[in-house]
Amino acid sequence: MSSIEERVQKIIVEQLGVKPEDVKSEASFVEDLGADSLDTVELVMALEEEFETEIPDEEAEKISTVQAAVDYIKAHS
Amino acid sequence: MLSPLGADVASTWEGIKAGRSGIRPIEHFDTEAFATKFAGLVPEFALEDYLSPKEARKMDLFVQYGMIAAIQAIRDAGLEMDKENGERIGAAIGSGIGGLTNIEENHEKLLASGPRKLSPFFVPSTIINMIAGNLAIMYGLKGPNFATVTACTTGTHNIGFAAQQIQLGTADVMIAGGAEKGSTPLGMGGFAAARALSTRNDDPQAASRPWDKDRDGFVLADGAGAVVLEEYERAKARGATIYGEVAGFGLSDDAYHMTAPSEDGAGAALSMGNAFRDAGIDPSEVGYVNAHATSTKVGDLIEIHAVKKIFGDHAYKLAMSSTKSMVGHLLGAAGAVEAIFTLLAMRDSVAPPTINLDSPDEGCDLDLVANEAQARPIDVALSNSFGFGGTNGSLLFRKV
Repeated sequence: MSSIEERVQKIIVEQLGVKPEDVKSEASFVEDLGADSLDTVELVMALEEEFETEIPDEEAEKISTVQAAVDYIKAHS
Repeated sequence: MLSPLGADVASTWEGIKAGRSGIRPIEHFDTEAFATKFAGLVPEFALEDYLSPKEARKMDLFVQYGMIAAIQAIRDAGLEMDKENGERIGAAIGSGIGGLTNIEENHEKLLASGPRKLSPFFVPSTIINMIAGNLAIMYGLKGPNFATVTACTTGTHNIGFAAQQIQLGTADVMIAGGAEKGSTPLGMGGFAAARALSTRNDDPQAASRPWDKDRDGFVLADGAGAVVLEEYERAKARGATIYGEVAGFGLSDDAYHMTAPSEDGAGAALSMGNAFRDAGIDPSEVGYVNAHATSTKVGDLIEIHAVKKIFGDHAYKLAMSSTKSMVGHLLGAAGAVEAIFTLLAMRDSVAPPTINLDSPDEGCDLDLVANEAQARPIDVALSNSFGFGGTNGSLLFRKV
């Protein structure tokens, strides 16, 4: 079983069409990985599906970096 | 162009001249319960030659098809876009129906898991003007940008209205056409419910047979077509390959019935007549007519009557064919791919055939180019499209 970090990275690579090496923990989806507002909505939906969880909109808005996504998943799974 | 005969203009045109059918059984969903189990489907092609996977994921298939056709047209035309000329370049590319594939997928998600599972790209991936919209983003096209939606006349109307933008002086260049991906369960089921489709499941390649006695409905097909329209002096100055001139554009409506054409053919005749008036060309100059003829019982005959009315004796001298006999009916893309066939017919001096025309129906006594292409000089050619809602469009092209 892959680690949470690896699974999150894989989803980001698929959703945003970026290279794995660019998905650094401090990377911002919008500023560093070229995502727009719709991309981030879809990314959160993909994370929900992968980790079988539901991320409320007010929490989703705070998930703007790779690290924030990993932290949220760790805290809620 | 993407068509059931090929994923570009060259391969499609070779198929057309050879009289091949691009119709085949549907395998991308279970057709067990469907009255019609075949369609015209676009063959495999390399998507990455045109769009990145990230871009493509945000587009319904009809948008992808339209984008690819437009990109091919821009590359063929050798158009160069920059910050300065972008304001004078626009796009007019429509679709008859829009993003059925994504509509079906998202509706399934809605029913199964609720509204939170709908994709944020659902709306922008399915609405009809997103081919023109995405094309503008990709190339920086800041001129007029729209998508006319007129059922099976969509492609013809978009080319006609785009040409008018250049005539009006609002743009120097327009990329115009239509795209369709109707071969989904809703598309196939819906047209079958309207009793519009052929059900010749035992012989799909013989199903599209315009004007033949045994025709039993049209064959739905996917694909896209796009052309680059450019102000003549600009095109000439940069040494562009010019396939022909949009010499005239005519429109009309039957004002008769939602889906059936008016039986006297008056709407079709008015559309053709308006195109001739617009062009200042006499019908006797026409060498080839690319007919709308879809292989339905009523529609095919009406167009024959209308052509006889407009052309008089000359109707018996010109060549008229239905390329739908080979590629099927591309709905909102039909007028666009047929405009291209019409232009290539002029370039190559060849009238494409109407295949499967074994026993012409009563009254179908024109030269319908039965089963084999015909070499003949063509200086002026006409392409017709007629759609649900009674909406008609005719484009007249002239050799330059």
